[in-house]
Amino acid sequence: MWILRGGRVLDPKNGVDEEADVVVEDGRVVRVGRGAAEGLKGEAIRELDCSGCWVTPGFVDLHVHLREPGQEYKEDLASGLAAAAAGGFTTVCAMANTRPVNDRRSITEAMLARAREVGGARLHVFGAITKGCEGRELTEMADLREAGAFGVSDDGVCVRSAAVMRRALEYARTFDLLVSQHCEEHELTAGASMNEGPVATRLGLRGWPREAEDIIVARDLILAEMTGARYHVAHISSRGAVRLVREAKARGLPVTAEVTPHHLLLTDEAVVGYRTFCKVNPPLRAEEDVEAVREALRDGTIDCIATDHAPHTSLEKDCEFDQAAFGINGLEPAVGTLLGLVRDGHLSAARLVESLTASPTRVGKLDGGGLAVGDVADLTVIDPERRWTLRAKDLRSKSHNTPWIDQELTGAVTRTMVGGAWVYERPDERA
Amino acid sequence: MSRPFRHRHLLGIDALDARDVIQILDAAEAFFEVSRRPVRKVPTLRGKTVINLFYEASTRTRTSFELAGKRLSADVVNISTSASSVTKGETLLDTARTLEAMHPDVVVIRHSASGAPHFVADRLGCSVVNAGDGQHEHPTQALLDAFTIRRRLGTLQNLTVTICGDVAHSRVARSNAALLSLFGCTVRFVAPRTLLPPAASSLGVEVYDRLEPALEGANVVMVLRIQRERLAGALLPSLREYSRTFGIGPRTLAAAPADAIIMHPGPMNRGVEIDPTVADSERSVVLDQVEAGVAVRMAVLYQLAGEAGAAPVRA
Repeated sequence: MWILRGGRVLDPKNGVDEEADVVVEDGRVVRVGRGAAEGLKGEAIRELDCSGCWVTPGFVDLHVHLREPGQEYKEDLASGLAAAAAGGFTTVCAMANTRPVNDRRSITEAMLARAREVGGARLHVFGAITKGCEGRELTEMADLREAGAFGVSDDGVCVRSAAVMRRALEYARTFDLLVSQHCEEHELTAGASMNEGPVATRLGLRGWPREAEDIIVARDLILAEMTGARYHVAHISSRGAVRLVREAKARGLPVTAEVTPHHLLLTDEAVVGYRTFCKVNPPLRAEEDVEAVREALRDGTIDCIATDHAPHTSLEKDCEFDQAAFGINGLEPAVGTLLGLVRDGHLSAARLVESLTASPTRVGKLDGGGLAVGDVADLTVIDPERRWTLRAKDLRSKSHNTPWIDQELTGAVTRTMVGGAWVYERPDERA
Repeated sequence: MSRPFRHRHLLGIDALDARDVIQILDAAEAFFEVSRRPVRKVPTLRGKTVINLFYEASTRTRTSFELAGKRLSADVVNISTSASSVTKGETLLDTARTLEAMHPDVVVIRHSASGAPHFVADRLGCSVVNAGDGQHEHPTQALLDAFTIRRRLGTLQNLTVTICGDVAHSRVARSNAALLSLFGCTVRFVAPRTLLPPAASSLGVEVYDRLEPALEGANVVMVLRIQRERLAGALLPSLREYSRTFGIGPRTLAAAPADAIIMHPGPMNRGVEIDPTVADSERSVVLDQVEAGVAVRMAVLYQLAGEAGAAPVRA
């Protein structure tokens, strides 16, 4: 039995934001509330003083790339799920663009089996929408569903064909799979490496208009309305796409969206100096886009935050900007960077936690996301005032391609619990 | 020439101020005469090594840098893509480190990726000169253009300069816009919208859709090369239509003042962006630009590697 005493329990799913105790036994929350631990005695009880800390449901990330199978030199399930735990995530959802692509039952089963062996955070997987993520033939979605996939996505590339996307939405609806789309009109982005605008023009880099995102979002929303499927916009980044999703939600469409920490926190100015760690797909946008995604996250147009954790090594990043791979390593820096939004008044603590817990579980129809009595004890302890420096050597991830490398952050995950067992304890926390 | 140059590298005009530019141009004036002597060589950089690392085909820029180094008595080595290990798949970083192990004083780099010289400069102990990177900057071209303008018009201050052509893909246009704006010049871009960079006005220039108003009152007309591959990208319907609407010929040039000079960084597509009669006219300073190129590049190498230069610090 674990008593987490006196933390600020932030559980937006159950409307809780108060100083309280959380008691965990046999992998579940057995008591929660003010003074809930009073009267508990016994030798089997262990206690953690959480005063000054937040105790939240475990974070859930709908969008990570864990690179196994196929690119284990960048990340594998063991390092990726350990990195997730260190970032406060108790559940992460792996995209299908592994090598080979997760477009069949056998790969889904192998990934999930491997994840159970290695520990760390829990794993859910997206199957691919189309075989090989090639945008032509649908995958065996019923099979993928039975093997454990909760959604489908060709993330990394967009399903280009409107006809294929229509059929994918219809077919996925049959099996109640979430369809997450990487929204990019590839002909408008050919050869582009950053957001189109004054900064790209100054740097002489081929720009990527935000309209390339908007066009696909608009098309897909029309198809989502036509098919009634659960459509999810992955890593939304443009103000136009936000406007389209807001309008679709107002009309009651079953549409959801996620935004990454980097699109909430950085603009394309961060690329200046040809910083390949800031090269990402979709690209870092302009100030007005950042303002739009922040507002949309506040008002619920954007449902949740997902890291789009995309580990790459120096092989992909220590090179000319044009040749560098797209992607930002996102799991471990998430809390220390996102808390800045709360400190600066852009987001309430409750909404931040909701967008990392109850919202993603709702979108994905996943378990978890709350800390009520009887819930599985997946939870995260955060010291919101802790100052620390993000060092490559301290990362659980095999890669360290984050814009915040070597920067001081405020707010740290101190412990992460999955199913009643600690899967992460901050090294300087251990008694 | 006694003031030490403030910069270790020449990566772009955007890092320079007006004083830096004048310092280079004044040094170039001195070197300009060297190229007209019977013995076109000075011992200024004797014992220094300059490596020209060219990842893109180039005849005039590479030759110009090579002659500049040789006329300063530097040891000059040329590496171009076809002859180097690039074709064997070596990374830019490894190539740079390999060259550094040979202790050059200056590496001159041309590369198709914007920012490649910056990448190299961040990782090498020697000075790096950008000889053109992607669609970003071509600082020595802007400097030689400024040198030519100053010689012909007597000043760089408060001129009106019209840059005409494929501005979107032009590092020459970017560097020139940056340099000229340091001297209070009005820079105009004129081209079909498909050949203008997004947010062009953010570069501090005026954007024109039609040639005649863009040429009115211009002291300098810079003509940029139109490449045939722009047709494939749906940027232009035909070279004929381009020539008819934005080509600089005797008829369109009537809109410009009679004393406006005509510049072109080369190589020219005669009959496309520039009419042969204009290219060969008294107003054309195209060959002056080429001559200035050697002098300006001598000045740049001298500033970075000569006694006046900031001594390169080796890591």
